[in-house]
Amino acid sequence: MDAAGSGPKEQTETAAVLELRHAAKSFGAVRALIDGSVELRPGEVHALLGENGAGKSTLVKILAGVHQPDAGTLTVNGQEVTLHGPAAARGAGIAVIYQEPTLFPDLTVAENMFIGRQPLGRGRRIDRRAMDDEAAATFTRLGVPLDPARIARGLSIADQQVVEIGKALSLDARVIVMDEPTAALSAAEVDRLFDVIRTLKAQGAAILFISHRLEEVFAICQTVTVMRDGRHVLTSDLAGLTAKDLVRAMVGRELADRPPETAGTAHGDPVLTVERLTREGVFTDISLTVRSGEIVALAGLVGSGRSEVARAVFGIDRYDAGQVTVNGKPLKKASPTRAMTAGIGFVPEDRRQQGLVMDMSVQQNVALASLGNLEKGGIIRASAERAMASDWATRLKIKYGRLTDPVSMLSGGNQQKVVLAKWLGRKPRVLIVDEPTRGIDVGTKAEVHHLLTELARGGVGILMISSELPEVLGVSDRILVMREGTLVAEFSHADASEEAVMSAAMGQQDTQQDTGNGAEREASL
Amino acid sequence: MRAAILQNSPSQQAGRARQTGLAERVFRIRESGILVVLVVFVAVTTGVQPRFLDAANIQFVLVDTTTFALLALGETMVVISRNVDLSVGSVVGLSAYLSADLFASHPGIPIPVVFLAGLGIGLACGIANGIMVAAGRVPSLVVTLATLYIIRGLDILIVGGNEVDANQLPNAFLDIPKDTIGGIPDIAIAAAVVIAIGAYYLRTYRSGRDLYAIGSNPDAARLAGLPAGRRVFTAFAVSGAIAGLAGVLWAAQYGTINSTAGTGYELQVVSAVVVGGVAIFGGSGTATGAAIGALLLTTISSALYVLGISSFWDQAIWGFLLLLAIALDQTITERLTSALRKRRTRHE
Amino acid sequence: MSNLTERFRAPQLQSALRWETGLAVVVILIFAIGSAASPDFLTGNNLFNLGLSNGEIAIMTLPMTLIIISGEIDLSVASILGMSSALLGFLWARGWPMPAIFVTVAVVGVAAGAVNGLLVTRLRLPSLAVTIGTLALYRGIATILLGPNTVSDFPTAYTNLGVNAVPFTGNDMTYSTLIFIVLAIVFGVVLHATPFGRSIYAMGASPEAAQFAGIRVKRIKTILFMVSGFICSLAGVLWTFRLNTAVQNNGLGLELSVVAIVLLAGVSIFGGKGSLIGVVLAVLAFAGIQNALLLTNFNQEATGIVTGALLLASVFLPNAGRWFRRLSHS
Repeated sequence: MDAAGSGPKEQTETAAVLELRHAAKSFGAVRALIDGSVELRPGEVHALLGENGAGKSTLVKILAGVHQPDAGTLTVNGQEVTLHGPAAARGAGIAVIYQEPTLFPDLTVAENMFIGRQPLGRGRRIDRRAMDDEAAATFTRLGVPLDPARIARGLSIADQQVVEIGKALSLDARVIVMDEPTAALSAAEVDRLFDVIRTLKAQGAAILFISHRLEEVFAICQTVTVMRDGRHVLTSDLAGLTAKDLVRAMVGRELADRPPETAGTAHGDPVLTVERLTREGVFTDISLTVRSGEIVALAGLVGSGRSEVARAVFGIDRYDAGQVTVNGKPLKKASPTRAMTAGIGFVPEDRRQQGLVMDMSVQQNVALASLGNLEKGGIIRASAERAMASDWATRLKIKYGRLTDPVSMLSGGNQQKVVLAKWLGRKPRVLIVDEPTRGIDVGTKAEVHHLLTELARGGVGILMISSELPEVLGVSDRILVMREGTLVAEFSHADASEEAVMSAAMGQQDTQQDTGNGAEREASL
Repeated sequence: MRAAILQNSPSQQAGRARQTGLAERVFRIRESGILVVLVVFVAVTTGVQPRFLDAANIQFVLVDTTTFALLALGETMVVISRNVDLSVGSVVGLSAYLSADLFASHPGIPIPVVFLAGLGIGLACGIANGIMVAAGRVPSLVVTLATLYIIRGLDILIVGGNEVDANQLPNAFLDIPKDTIGGIPDIAIAAAVVIAIGAYYLRTYRSGRDLYAIGSNPDAARLAGLPAGRRVFTAFAVSGAIAGLAGVLWAAQYGTINSTAGTGYELQVVSAVVVGGVAIFGGSGTATGAAIGALLLTTISSALYVLGISSFWDQAIWGFLLLLAIALDQTITERLTSALRKRRTRHE
Repeated sequence: MSNLTERFRAPQLQSALRWETGLAVVVILIFAIGSAASPDFLTGNNLFNLGLSNGEIAIMTLPMTLIIISGEIDLSVASILGMSSALLGFLWARGWPMPAIFVTVAVVGVAAGAVNGLLVTRLRLPSLAVTIGTLALYRGIATILLGPNTVSDFPTAYTNLGVNAVPFTGNDMTYSTLIFIVLAIVFGVVLHATPFGRSIYAMGASPEAAQFAGIRVKRIKTILFMVSGFICSLAGVLWTFRLNTAVQNNGLGLELSVVAIVLLAGVSIFGGKGSLIGVVLAVLAFAGIQNALLLTNFNQEATGIVTGALLLASVFLPNAGRWFRRLSHS
């Protein structure tokens, strides 16, 4: 097994099997990828790092053939190609293993690998023995003893990944892209996956490894590309780099870009108190307080459990232990209705599936959580509904054609404003927002931030879940960091820095701090 | 329903193997379970009323089961792919009348020709269904509901107020359900062979496995490049053809056919299929299981009759069994996947 | 007035209106062809007969509409009708007083609906499969209650409800038609103008978003099934009085007509879309076709062909539009 970083000179001499140069991709007004480049060599594990929104997933989708780039070139084995779809990517020898594989739950492992191309025996009958044997042989090659004859239902995500890897190998993939493969794995499973990766490496595959966990990156990868804000910022051998270097490359921004500080209004009484909230296997012992007028950010990596905590507080998901109190009154378990009555509003992460009813109009979406207030004698008063929608549309500067247009016609940013309007219309005392500016253009982002600040000024307590560091730092009074289901750090607005927050989120514990922003406090709560 | 694959925690190989074995075993139990229920049922009923296992009664049950189980085979193929064929009852009715009518209006017509004609009629209906569902991307529930109506309507138009009387049918034809080998009706043996072939096909040929894949995860099937349209079309065509064939058998069995033949049959077939372990949303189940389901339902009717319980209880019992089967399947799946599940903190 | 226009501008109503307009044209065509084919078509007497033969089906389409819009389906409606009819006959034959029978039948209807609702919401079973099961179960109960018997000696005071015209309407309106009109208005208002109705659209269109907006999806669905059960038992009573017969196969197979009418109305089988006006028009279309065929001596029972064809048209036409648009873009 190669130690990471051995013989870097040798490896850079080998011809690249895949080169992506200066790829760009926009979705409407949102420029997801501005300048993406990556080079993959056989027998090398190459890390791809970057915050959420840096453009990594768009780059992966381009390699997978799901999106076609607006600009840039993709060269595979020396030939320039355009991948028109996933089948083309497979044909080019590129396999992508996603965080959540899609297998056929009712078919066996071997069948999942070979569906549509099962080995045939006499009379075009499926030769199950050969299929199982081939599958078993592949798994042996990978060093993982999976039973090819068991059905896929109930397989752990780790095992599902191995099946997908096996499938890729049986399709002769030379490039294997792994998109956050360790996000859902236990330590033991990660070790096993790494053994598999080392085997693949020894067999000459080129591997693109995307992860937030720097310790893993250093353990398994030889080279790294860092992206930031849609652009490629660094490509290098890992030897000679430290975690701090990588974090700086990922987040380094001009200090001038920092959004203005919060109003710093005096904070009132606690409006939301969460005590030792626990859901087995998902989050543990979460305790936090949000005061009236305060904006508390909940930072952390994707998968750290933040949205689950929020959903449990709001009553969509259940929790096993702990207590939620709103304005001094304890909130009984699991019911959005009760949470709403108590004064909580919740802007969910997934705008299209959870935040809005896409088929309904702007007006109807704004009114959806306030129908009780808009009715008289059981009938919804259309004038009141229209007035409410119109009023909020003006206040939030929502751009729309007519209030009766389906909300699907609006841009992402305006859609998000509609979701906000829906909740603000209820005059909540606590507002939980999950990724409030995800997928939104810069201008609207600023408006949303301003809105949140205004709300806080008006006495609302806001719990903001966000993966965007500038947002976390710029808008919040306090920052809580979650990692793998527990709270690991707390920063005040003054003490925080992007690198400190990011490090806490990734579990990098620097004993020394040299960003010049004061001592970092790390408290387990 | 999204069949969610959830994780388990394989900290120990042995532990995981045990859990895996559990999953397998439970899902297999479902199928042998109905066989066990059938056996117990027969045993108990015979205990109370030995007449139940008389040669005559067995013959009767098996003849009844023949058409039923054949239809269950066709329906299984369709349901596995996450569709449903509600038109089978109407196809049986149409085919039964037309084949009987062929005899009545063309005396001396060779019996195999009539069988082929019935098969052809059914095939035509199946092809129509198949094209609409596969090409039109319209829910099969709606399409086959409509064809149920249309085919029944055509049947009524054609039949008018007539009926074909058993007297008008050749004895050789009417004897078909009566011929036995060693006490077991010929047609039952033939049906068993056909069903075995069907089950074998579904298990051993790529196109059969594709049906399971399409029903198990339609999106993944599309991503994998499986020819979903073609497969679904074939399933409906076969279902129709079988229904056409079953219609001819129906005519041989009942002799007197009018425009109401086969009314309501489709729901019985769907019940048999679900009771037999085929998931209503596709992806799993076998033709053998469905056939056993058909046998079970017929046996229960017969048992009720033999025990002197009025046949009026039949329908209520199936309805109840169907609900039980669905609820049981759902509970088993949920309990099982949650037993195998142990969510990690980092999963979002 | 502006209130009304406002409501009509909602997107689902807007796309529905395009469908409704087409449907209205179809209705007019049917009535035109009908009256051309037979001079009796538009007579009061004929309209009365229309009401008689389709009243119960029409009434059952109303709760079915709400259930389908909410994303579920109820195939047990005809069996609940049959079960109520059988129960009515059963209790009458045992000498129960009619008012007590009415209450019992209503309660049983609601209970039957509740069973459907609970199986779907608590056990999370697919409503298609559940209601196929209860279809058999409730029809089976009807069979157990009456066996092969019929009960036909209902007092004329009640059977008149089935066959007489409503007083003061000039001999043209059946009680079932009147009930349909009243219920249609009530259901229409509830569906299109109340929070309850709005929630139904939301949960059909976007089950997750509805939940996140605090809509109590399970509770509402259970209520819908219970309402359906009640309405179907009402239909069962009307049917029994109209025919002066309680027998186990009353209403056999009607569920398909009911679903067909609702789909014809432009209500999407996937949920979240449709309007009650469409349902009323579809009822008229259906009844009109039945009647026109009857008057022209077309075999009554074969009208299924026309219903089936209309059903197919109702699901293929929207797709055809999209298909043509895609062709013209490429």
